Amino acid sequence: MTAPKRIGKQTVAFANPPVIIGRATVVGPKEGKGPLKDYYDLIAEDPYFNADTWEKAEYKFFEKAVQLAVEKANLTMDDLNYFLAGDLTNQIISATFTARGVPVPYLGLYGACSTMYEGLALGAMLVDGGFADYVLAGVSSHYSTAERQFRFPTEQGVQRNLSSQWTVTGSAALVLAAQGQGPKVTHATVGKIVDLGVTDNTDMGAAMAPAAFDTIKQHLEDTGREPDYYDLIVTGDLARIGHRLVQALAEKQGLDLSKNYTDCGLLVYDPSQDVHAGGSGCACSGVVTAGFLLQEMEAGRYQRILGLGTGALHSPISSQQGESVPGIAHAVAIEL
Amino acid sequence: MIEPNELEHQIAIERKLYEQKEYQDLVKKIKPKVPVLRNIIGAFLVGGTICLIGQIILDGFIAWGLTARAAIGSTAAVMIFLGSLATGLGIYDNLAKFAGAGSIVPITGFANSIVAPALEFKSEGYVFGLSSKMFLVAGPVLTFGFIVSVIIGLIYYLIP
Amino acid sequence: MTYILAFVVGGLICVIGQLIIDLTPAKITAAHVLVGYVTGGAVLSALGLYQPLVDLAGAGATIPVSGFGHSLAQGAIEAARTRGLMGALSGGIEATALGVATAVVFGYVFAVVFRPTG
Repeated sequence: MTAPKRIGKQTVAFANPPVIIGRATVVGPKEGKGPLKDYYDLIAEDPYFNADTWEKAEYKFFEKAVQLAVEKANLTMDDLNYFLAGDLTNQIISATFTARGVPVPYLGLYGACSTMYEGLALGAMLVDGGFADYVLAGVSSHYSTAERQFRFPTEQGVQRNLSSQWTVTGSAALVLAAQGQGPKVTHATVGKIVDLGVTDNTDMGAAMAPAAFDTIKQHLEDTGREPDYYDLIVTGDLARIGHRLVQALAEKQGLDLSKNYTDCGLLVYDPSQDVHAGGSGCACSGVVTAGFLLQEMEAGRYQRILGLGTGALHSPISSQQGESVPGIAHAVAIEL
Repeated sequence: MIEPNELEHQIAIERKLYEQKEYQDLVKKIKPKVPVLRNIIGAFLVGGTICLIGQIILDGFIAWGLTARAAIGSTAAVMIFLGSLATGLGIYDNLAKFAGAGSIVPITGFANSIVAPALEFKSEGYVFGLSSKMFLVAGPVLTFGFIVSVIIGLIYYLIP
Repeated sequence: MTYILAFVVGGLICVIGQLIIDLTPAKITAAHVLVGYVTGGAVLSALGLYQPLVDLAGAGATIPVSGFGHSLAQGAIEAARTRGLMGALSGGIEATALGVATAVVFGYVFAVVFRPTG
C-alpha cells in the first residue's frame, strides 16, 4: 500500500500544485519601519490598532489581513471551503475570534511560530486532494500579547538577553486555489519534533535550529534535490543565533547552506531596531513570506523557494517546570 | 544482570544525551557573549544615581526634623512613588535596557515590578487582573521577606 | 562625602545583582534577584552586618531592596525584645508597612490611570 503522492519519508509531492492566488499582510509600526516596509499591504500606526486591549488589537490585525487576502484573490468569503488559522495566544483566541467573521469551516492550528507553514502544507493537501477549491490560511502574532504570556509584562524593567528575539506584530493570510495564476506549492515536508534539551526560553533560535535542519535535510533527501536547486532556502524565525546554528549543523553533515540560506527573523527587522537576535512569532514567517518572498517571486526575481516555518512548542508552564523546548519545522516548496 | 534489550535501550539513552551535550556545546560556542563589563557600568551608574537621589531626599527629611528611621521609611515611600510614576509613563522599562540590575535592585525596581503587571493585566478586570497580578513579583518578595523576618524575630525571642 | 558614598555603595550593590543575572543561567530572573536581595539583606542585618553599611552609605544601603530586608529584620528583632512573641511575629511587617502600603496604593493608582505602551 503506497500513497501515490508521498515521496521519501516525510514529503508529499502535489500532483496539481495548488496556486497561491491571494496574499495579504498587515503589520505594526515597528515592522513598518523595517527593511521590508514597502512589501506590506497595511502598516498600522499604533500597535493597539484602535482596540482597547492587546488581544483585541491582535485579532483586528488578523481580520484585516484575512479581508484583504480574500479581496486580492478576487473572491468573497463564501467561495472559501476552509479557513486554517492559528496564533500564539492561549487557546488560539486570535484565530478563533477572527474566524467568527469568516463563515466557512474552520480548523484551528497550533504550531507556535511554524503555524503559517503548517497551514500552507495542510491547505495545499486539502486542495490537491480534491477536498477544496479555495483554502484560506492565516496567522497572527503581537509583541505585547506574546511577551506578557510567555515572559514578562512589557513595562517590567528587564534587560533582554542578546539571544532574545522580538515578536513580530502583524498578521498574514494566503489564499490557495486549485487553479489560477501565481506561485505554486509543489512539495510539503511536514517536520517531526526535535528536542535537543535546550531549556533557555530566551533562546528560541537554539531550541528550533535542530528541527529546522532536520526538516531541510529530510526534504532534500526525499526529493533528491541539492540545496542549490532553490534560489532561496528560508527558515521562519531562527534569527541570528539559530541561523548560524543551522549552517553549523549543515556543515557538519556536508551540506552547503552558506550561499542561499536566510531567515525571516533576519529579514524582517534592521539590526538598528533594538531587536537583539531578530524577529520571531507566527507573523514573522507569515509577513515575510506573504509580503516579501511571494512578491519577489511574482516579480520573477525568485523562481524556486523552500520556506520553512519553525516553532518552539513550549508553554509558560512547561518552561517554569524546567522542561526543555521541543522544536518543529515544516517545509513548503514554492515554485513558479 | 542486564537484559540485551535493556542494554540497547541504555545505549539509545546515552547516545541521546551525548547528542544533546554536543549540540549544547555548539550553542555555547555560537551564542554571543554577555557584555558583562558594559552591563556592570550601566548597573553601577544608574543604581548609584538612584541611591544618590535617595540620599538627597533622605537628607531633606532629616533636615525637616524627621528621626533617622522615619526619614529612611519616608524616603523609601517617595522612591516608590517615583518608580511607580516612571513605570506608568513607560520610561522605566527603557531605563532598564541600559541599567539592568541598576534599575531592578533599588526600591524603585520593586515599585516597577508591582505597576508593570498591574498595568498589563488591567484588561482582565480590577480584581483578578490588576489587583491579583500586581503581586506577580512583589508577592514572592513579600512572602520570603515576611517569613525571614518572623524567623529572625523568633530566634531573637527564644535566644535573648 | 555622604553623596559619594551613597552613589558608590549603592552602585556596587547593584553591580553584584548584575553579576548574578549575567553569570548564572537564564532561569535566574529579576524576580529571583529581588527575592534574594530581600532575604539576604534580612539575614545580614540579623547578623549585625548590614547596619554598619547603612551607617557608612546611608541611602546607598537603604534604597537597594536589601535595605528593605534590613528594615524587616530590625523591626522583628526590636519588637521581639520589647513585646515578646507577638512582637517577633509582627515586628518586621510593622516596620515595613509604610513601604508596602505606598507600593500597593501607587501601584493601583498608576495602573488605573495609565495604559501600557508595549
